[in-house]
Amino acid sequence: MSRVLSYEEKDTWIHRLSGVTKLIFFLLWSVTSMISYDTRVLLVMLVLSLVIFAMSKTKWQQVGTVFKFIMLFLCINLIAIFFFSPGQGTKIYGTETPLWHLFGHYTLTEEQLFYEFNVMLKYLTVIPAVFMFIVTTNPSEFAASMNKVGIHYNVGYSMAIALRYIPDVQDDFSKIKHAQEARGIEMSKKAPFVSRIKSMASIIFPLVFSSMDRIDVVSNAMELRGFGKHKKRTWYSARPFKRNDYLTLAFVILFVIAAFIITFRDGSRFYNPFV
Amino acid sequence: MEPIIEFKNFSFKYRSQKEPTIKDINLAIYPGEKVLIVGPSGSGKSTLAHCINGLVPFSYKGEITGSYSIAGQNPEKLGIFGLSKLVGTVLQDTDGQFIGLTVAEDIAFALENDMIPQPEMFERVARVAETVEVQSVLGNAPGALSGGQKQRVSMAGVMIDRVEILLFDEPLANLDPATGKRAIELIDQIHREEKTTVVIIEHRLEDALTCGADRIIVVGEGKIVADMTPDELLSKEILQREGIREPLYVTALKYAGCRIAADSLPSDIRKMKESGSLEKYKGQVGEWFRQTTVPERKQNDEVVLEVKNLDFAYTSGKPVLRDVSFRIHKGEMLSIVGKNGAGKSTLSNLICGFLMPNSGSISLHGEDILNRSIKERGESIGLVMQNPNQMISKTMIFEEVALGLQVRGVAPEEIEKRVHETLKICGLYPFRNWPISALSYGQKKRVTIASILVMNPDIIILDEPTAGQDYRHYTEIMEFLKEINKNSGITIVMITHDMHLMLEYTDRALVIAEGQLLADEKPSEVLTDDVLTQKAYLKRTSLYDLAVGCGIGQPSDFVDCFIYYERENGRKKEVES
Repeated sequence: MSRVLSYEEKDTWIHRLSGVTKLIFFLLWSVTSMISYDTRVLLVMLVLSLVIFAMSKTKWQQVGTVFKFIMLFLCINLIAIFFFSPGQGTKIYGTETPLWHLFGHYTLTEEQLFYEFNVMLKYLTVIPAVFMFIVTTNPSEFAASMNKVGIHYNVGYSMAIALRYIPDVQDDFSKIKHAQEARGIEMSKKAPFVSRIKSMASIIFPLVFSSMDRIDVVSNAMELRGFGKHKKRTWYSARPFKRNDYLTLAFVILFVIAAFIITFRDGSRFYNPFV
Repeated sequence: MEPIIEFKNFSFKYRSQKEPTIKDINLAIYPGEKVLIVGPSGSGKSTLAHCINGLVPFSYKGEITGSYSIAGQNPEKLGIFGLSKLVGTVLQDTDGQFIGLTVAEDIAFALENDMIPQPEMFERVARVAETVEVQSVLGNAPGALSGGQKQRVSMAGVMIDRVEILLFDEPLANLDPATGKRAIELIDQIHREEKTTVVIIEHRLEDALTCGADRIIVVGEGKIVADMTPDELLSKEILQREGIREPLYVTALKYAGCRIAADSLPSDIRKMKESGSLEKYKGQVGEWFRQTTVPERKQNDEVVLEVKNLDFAYTSGKPVLRDVSFRIHKGEMLSIVGKNGAGKSTLSNLICGFLMPNSGSISLHGEDILNRSIKERGESIGLVMQNPNQMISKTMIFEEVALGLQVRGVAPEEIEKRVHETLKICGLYPFRNWPISALSYGQKKRVTIASILVMNPDIIILDEPTAGQDYRHYTEIMEFLKEINKNSGITIVMITHDMHLMLEYTDRALVIAEGQLLADEKPSEVLTDDVLTQKAYLKRTSLYDLAVGCGIGQPSDFVDCFIYYERENGRKKEVES
């Protein structure tokens, strides 16, 4: 069974890359996509993202739900941009080519449409990279990777521990929910929304308390085995760098440099087809 | 020889407490010894363990007077990290103490913190995994292991540091009897092979003694009450006085009027048999057995709950329960026993409606309840969870107990009346306006039982009602349940792997293994049946060995005789004292 957005073990060259490589790739990729509004660059990135995504053999079930949710968010975002600043495109590209007058001062322009198209492209280039990073990186490697790129291991380890405890807390949650339902607290869709929210409190309260017990135990266990003794630590699950890691990093760095040169050659980060 | 652990006129007071928890103790443990520390909850035995591993005073702050040393060094100077190189601690909660996402990572955790390079880590993890035989599951998530494997992994995690002292904090608390026995055997094997000093904190004395111990230290009210060999200790009356349960065969010998001498090796029933020292008690035991007549128990024939041909599987092809059928009679006290993960909890989840069976039927008073909702079933079948913190959702006792009635729209006057009545039954009436946070664990447990009882169910199902409780609290909870069973005729079903509980407090046991109902018999029959106990991961009771050793032909009758005698005489004495 595929669980939503969780690591699945497969044997592709992407899975075999070190988590550090994937993290650096993901960060650089995202930064480039965030900064550049150059449509040509973004289109190339989109195509590459999709190719990489396909190569990682990620199944739709693994990411489908989250993808739909992000799409919804993207639509809301695009509509909101139009309503809050319908003249943004004109301001950026310097021309105004009205297409359709809606109402009041809201006129849809070619420039606005093009601007929002770029925003959409940005989303679409980053999303596959995020998915790919999450579903192809062994969670054990997360903490190790973060530590390698300079983040203190405390931060990485808190995340690892959270991942480790998600199934336990989910278990607790359903146990507590059942027990409360048996006591007569209606949690199904039969109950009105407000009372369902209230009923949730009767689960959250015990859940927090039993989770606190857990935290106490695990923090003792960690301390008794020397966690925090030194400023650094090593990682059992860290993957050593191989040829493909260097190649990937070289590629992404060259790509980013090229992308920036193309983007900023004309002195602006926007590609302007209107002049 | 220099002691490896030494306390001299040592006292410790927690910062938040007025009185010291450990008072002026003197104790020496020598390298290579295997020592058992026993004592009731609150006696200070856990605090003593924390002093050895450094949680006291580094995590739990407080004031130390007197002196102590671990491996000749001053623990206060070593710090908790320095101590972790000398003392490896295996905590009670096997699930909670896992840190790594996989078994291998968890074992390597201490090495990672010590900045050991990866190749060396791989090698050391592989070696220690072999010692405790978990090589085949190195890549699995620790949560997905069986209880016994979990225990092995947590041992590997502390052994990897080549510690000199292994400290086990109630290693048996969460294990089924057979797995517990294997854990004790593994500890013994490590003790022999690695020459490690082993300190075991445990209140289940009989199980902990399976492989013997050099010494037992009894802690009571912060002081060391006894420090002697197991044989000596069992020949005295100290354990009873301190509220620690003796091995059952020792209690039986005492009931039969035998005076137990240290040289008859009472710490191990097998040794008593082999050495022939049991011979001198044979006559008395046989006489006592013949004189005690167990009256026939009359059973109520009215069926409350009937389960017929129940099948359940989460994914088809992997059945969790197969063709389970049984009846529960009104006013019964019944236990459901079996290995961890055998399907006991699944069964109770099916009865309560949290899961739906694939086929079969469940009926209450002859009426099919499969189409009733969880809420509707909850009115006649109450479930009390193992950990009271998982049930309590209100801050005040009254509100918590009233919750089930409130959501069912019962009139406020009626609620008050019923809640007060229930609180009186549960001995909580004086606390009715207290916040729940001010209660002890045992009292919280009572609150959760009260919150179910108030709805007047026909059946209460309790999941491990006495887990983690010492003998006194165990007796308190169980006597309370017996009381409400007797007075209000409520049917009580307990899911447990505590064999004492099943033997002493239930009239019938449903034994589940591998998803099937293996037996539906008297507990005394179950625990004297070798084949059955093995299949269900139970452990044959030591009373069986005593009976056989004394030439008694019907061991299960002997067990019944013991239980009857204890219910009639033993408990009374305890209540009086």
